[in-house]
Amino acid sequence: MSILDSTRDAMRRDQVWSFLQEHEQKVDISHQVLLYVEGLNLSFDGFKALNDLNLYINDGELRCLIGANGAGKTTLMDVITGKTQCDSGSVYFGQSINLLDKDEAEIAQLGIGRKFQKPTVFEAHTVMDNLELSLKSNKSVLPTLLAVLNGEEYDRIDEVLETIGLKGERMMLAGSLSHGQKQWLEIGMLLMANPRLLLVDEPVAGMTVQEGERTAELLTSLAGERTVVVEHDMEFVRSIAQTVTVLHQGSVLAEGSMDEIQNNQDVIEVYLGEAP
Amino acid sequence: MSGFMSKFMSFSRINGDSKVAPFVVLLLTVTVLASACNLLLPSDSIFYVSTYTITLLGKYLCYAMLALAVDVIWGYCGILSLGHGAFFALGGYAMGMYLMRQIGDRGVYGNPDLPDFMVFLNWSEMPWFWQGMDQFWIAMLMVLLVPGLLAFVFGWLAFRSRVTGVYLSIMTQALTYALLLAFFRNEMGFGGNNGLTDFKDILGFDLQADSTRVSLFIITALLLCGLLILSKKIMQTRFGKVIIAVRDGESRARFIGYKTENYKVWLFVYSAMIAGIAGALYVPQVGIINPGEFSPINSIEMVIWVAVGGRGTLIGAIIGAILVNYAKTKFTAIMPDGWLFALGAMFVLVTLYLPKGLMGLWEQLKEKQQQSKNQSGNDSPNEKAEEGHA
Repeated sequence: MSILDSTRDAMRRDQVWSFLQEHEQKVDISHQVLLYVEGLNLSFDGFKALNDLNLYINDGELRCLIGANGAGKTTLMDVITGKTQCDSGSVYFGQSINLLDKDEAEIAQLGIGRKFQKPTVFEAHTVMDNLELSLKSNKSVLPTLLAVLNGEEYDRIDEVLETIGLKGERMMLAGSLSHGQKQWLEIGMLLMANPRLLLVDEPVAGMTVQEGERTAELLTSLAGERTVVVEHDMEFVRSIAQTVTVLHQGSVLAEGSMDEIQNNQDVIEVYLGEAP
Repeated sequence: MSGFMSKFMSFSRINGDSKVAPFVVLLLTVTVLASACNLLLPSDSIFYVSTYTITLLGKYLCYAMLALAVDVIWGYCGILSLGHGAFFALGGYAMGMYLMRQIGDRGVYGNPDLPDFMVFLNWSEMPWFWQGMDQFWIAMLMVLLVPGLLAFVFGWLAFRSRVTGVYLSIMTQALTYALLLAFFRNEMGFGGNNGLTDFKDILGFDLQADSTRVSLFIITALLLCGLLILSKKIMQTRFGKVIIAVRDGESRARFIGYKTENYKVWLFVYSAMIAGIAGALYVPQVGIINPGEFSPINSIEMVIWVAVGGRGTLIGAIIGAILVNYAKTKFTAIMPDGWLFALGAMFVLVTLYLPKGLMGLWEQLKEKQQQSKNQSGNDSPNEKAEEGHA
């Protein structure tokens, strides 16, 4: 009977077979929440890196995650972007897209951009090529083989070069840029894809004060888009944050505005108390 | 005709300050000159090029094509394959099977249906995979398909499981060794230990004739140039840029949305097919294919050719393959046992002192020349400008 049913289903003339349909999934944000992280657990050899972590990020907000080393900030990003598998819990992008059964490339194509702690750009390519590769385009093999930059894409690259202030370095090899410039180029690469959610891991690490200020400006100017920043430098967080989430030993310790956080007894004990 | 030429020229034009175009012209000129000197000059002339030399050159060009295949995958994508000899040998076997079927009843046993080794093994009929191999086009299809399919299956399994680096190299080495052992067995139906040999003619042309030898040499040179241009072109597309991106930062490439394993698989297949073509051209010129071609040491030698020439340059791989093999011919004539030591020493020296190979050396010399030119011309204003800046 079930075979008959499925055969009938397969023969229906008012439907296209599901594998022929375009799977352009829309991100459903009807409840204003863009990212749902619920009950996330992950342990490495007995060490609980994430411990029943719950986090909700609204659409269009600029959120800062802070916490001491080993609090689970980078691990959380690894799970969201598909680099690490979690033991249990759920991560949803919008209300309907389960991120846990997708790989890195699919998650990136959904519009989640990730910047690493260490600047990773393609050093053997020019700044221009780095941005070209990050364009929002069909990224399967054959279309990429035949791809040619069109005028619109040129304009987009110019726009991003303007934003990250590397217009003069367009034809330089990315490997010959300074540390700060590499960080900006990497942010630029994320911008090229027009991400809905931008995960930026310690964006000012190793930067000079001036470079740090410019980075803060850059990130705040993107606040209309959706940004999450991870950082444990309080000064930097104070300069950009709207909402701050404090992580401690793999779970959320406190959440609120910068002032609330600074007056929270728990936070002062475990975080500010140690490193004022 | 001129329309075709201009189309060809515009296709073969390479963007940027590439040395591919001059190199192709040089290679083709040498090919034409050598061929003409063999066919047109009397054998007592000083400029006569012997048929032996032509065949030797053809063999070098096959190796050069093989080096090109290794460079595409190693130099541009950073995948160190130590098993490219397997694809080369498979292409060679496909061609060998066709040549075997062309012998017909002129074999030692005079059997019109079965190749000699099958008669010798008392087989009464041909195995299924020998069917159709008397058709040239089927054999040529197999030259591409068999290495391509093996590379696809192997690559799909390895790259999807994210096997990289040394582990992948060891696996490729194991692959070629496994095939070596398999092809040694008589039951496999590929002539066992002795392989396939005693070829008579190809497409009706006598393989021993000078004209056939020269034609094979010219075809090899033309295909080598074609594949060189094609590979360079591919590396200039966005696909090529992704390949280099995978080499320099695979996880970054993944996080901007490229499924890197698919890119690696297809590049691996492309590379394996080039190796297969090289093998197919090698067999009629050398006159034999046996399981020895699968031996792991061969595959390691290929990597050394590329390292000597300079990886990631394509031209470097070709130059490296020709030079190292010329050295091998000379060296083994004087001191056969010493060759492996010389090869090892060469590899160590190149790794230590010429990490970018001969092409890198060329670039360095050019830079030095430019610097000395600049210094003699206008060094003082430059220095002043720098001082002012400080």
